[in-house]
Amino acid sequence: MFKRFVEWMDARIPMTKTWNIHLAQYPAPKNFNMWYVFGFLATIVLVNQILTGIWLTMNYVPSADGAFASVEYIMRDVEYGWLLRYMHSTGASAFFVVVYLHMFRGMMYGSYQKPRELIWLFGMFIFLVLMAEAFMGYLLPWGQMSYWGAQVIISLFGAIPVIGDDLTLWIRGDYVISGATLNRFFALHVIALPLVLVILVFLHIVALHEVGSNNPDGVDTKKPKGSVPDEEKPKFKFHERFTNKKDVVDSIPFYPYYILKDLFGFSIFLFFFCYVIFFNPEMGGFFLEPPNFEPANPLKTPEHIAPVWYFTPFYAILRAVPDKLFGVILMFAAIVFLALLPWLDRGRVRSIRYRSLLHKLNLTVFAISFVVLGYLGTQPATPVATVFAQIFTFLYFAFFGLLWFYSKREKTKPVPERVTSK
Amino acid sequence: MKKLLIALVTLVPSLVFAADPAVPLDKAEVDLHDKASLQRGAQLYMNYCLGCHQLEYHRYNRTFEDIGIPQELGEKHLQFTGDKAGDLITNNMNSDSAANWFGTAVPDLTNVARVRGADWIYTYLRSFYKDESRPFGVNNAVFPNVGMPHVLEELQGLPEKTYEERMIDGEMKEVYVGLKSDGSGRLSESEYDQAMLDLTAFLVYTGEPMLLEQRRTGWFVFGFLLVFTVLAWLLKKEFWKDLK
Repeated sequence: MFKRFVEWMDARIPMTKTWNIHLAQYPAPKNFNMWYVFGFLATIVLVNQILTGIWLTMNYVPSADGAFASVEYIMRDVEYGWLLRYMHSTGASAFFVVVYLHMFRGMMYGSYQKPRELIWLFGMFIFLVLMAEAFMGYLLPWGQMSYWGAQVIISLFGAIPVIGDDLTLWIRGDYVISGATLNRFFALHVIALPLVLVILVFLHIVALHEVGSNNPDGVDTKKPKGSVPDEEKPKFKFHERFTNKKDVVDSIPFYPYYILKDLFGFSIFLFFFCYVIFFNPEMGGFFLEPPNFEPANPLKTPEHIAPVWYFTPFYAILRAVPDKLFGVILMFAAIVFLALLPWLDRGRVRSIRYRSLLHKLNLTVFAISFVVLGYLGTQPATPVATVFAQIFTFLYFAFFGLLWFYSKREKTKPVPERVTSK
Repeated sequence: MKKLLIALVTLVPSLVFAADPAVPLDKAEVDLHDKASLQRGAQLYMNYCLGCHQLEYHRYNRTFEDIGIPQELGEKHLQFTGDKAGDLITNNMNSDSAANWFGTAVPDLTNVARVRGADWIYTYLRSFYKDESRPFGVNNAVFPNVGMPHVLEELQGLPEKTYEERMIDGEMKEVYVGLKSDGSGRLSESEYDQAMLDLTAFLVYTGEPMLLEQRRTGWFVFGFLLVFTVLAWLLKKEFWKDLK
């Protein structure tokens, strides 16, 4: 019965074929470590955001008069509304946690290098859209931080010469942030940007499955056709799409092996995720800021306006520069430089395992700078904090400059022919 | 727009320091399982606070159910506004008049515990003191120049700032040591503290009415996760055996 159903389907749509190409006969390097779980987790969190988002939309009222009260209505009167809301608000932060770790994995193992530049670029676009999506979503509860955070961020566009003021007016749809802004942000948050996001994720994966995954050793697991003796080939059947032109080595099918490994990683992730949802949804004011439990009041500026934690590294860079326009430029440059990584890194060795000590130090300093900037962005801009922000902003950008400089003639260790793990 | 941003950037650092309360906050040992405490807090709230401060996001019947008050008793003794049991906890004060009377809009208190924290509320309620320079003759040590009168004066009496003569660096100086009630209230100091803890507990409840259910659900979820993780691990191990 089932077999006949599958045959009926396969005659009409490439069901089994797609399953095989992308899962059951998709070769993934066998030496993935735990860093490789974050891509899977990002997908899961995306699904979580979409599902809880749909249910929140059923009771949310996108108007300046009704938004705050409707969120409280969800929290109090909707059955398990608090759970949906906390899953969504925690999911937003979790998304950035897993995406930042996913990106760092890519930087450690050189996953952005040839031939995976396009995967990296799609990923950077996902990151940009994700930031826009999170920013617009944060306005929707219409609390004090929603309002004033949005006020500060939108006014950044006012720094652009000539068109700045008109541009902010165009974004807000009003002279101040108002119901008009809320309504358009709602439209962008619940349909326009999620649609773009899903399409970009699709392209990210299509591009990945075309060239195949990198791995912690950064060595190719697809060798020239005929170069590998039969006894060294894996015992698994991979789809001919992959074996036609290349000899696949050191690989295992994504399904069931990595699906099951990711499932285990997912259950570990859930411990953290559920701890926040059920025991600490505000996460000390980092995931949900206390002033946001007060309705937006255009006449009352909060004492300390801080963006949510995932924007704070970039916010710290912005504030480190005395000149507003240059600060805005530098903030965007911080992302543009990341996107240009495949071309800034002129090295041929991918994995940090076989790269120079200088590179290891450089990447470590970069990671520390990012974290310190993130912390500074949550703090008030005192003169001392500003000096620190300037130092770490310099170190953040120095990473790219140094990389460009030394990567061409870097002293690397010998790279093995084949992956090294068991 | 640019001016606004400049104002924000320059104001933010100076205001942050103002955010620190003038006095250290006392710890509010709130126990949401103590229904008697919550009920006393609700009683205080409905009698003394609701006249001005609404709980406009929360409902009467939900409150009664959560803190263990039978609906008929609640409707009879705690609902003064003629609302129905399913209504939100509001009053009929005109907000424009309120702004006239107090110089500021009267804030809703449903979420005050989430904005300020329980310790802040508990300390604030016990920090009113006599200050003839203020319109209502009282000020607050936690919230300087607060716009409201000391509504609970009939319970606490009217505290004054007290000073002590102390020898500092060889000189006798007057040192501020705290607030002391004049004793004209109906409650003793410890009774008043307990009453304010009850009131604080009630506001912690209105801020997060789902809190107990949330924690309880959380433990069930953790129990499930524990089993799920073990099974996921075993399943992974079983399949990965082939690769050895």
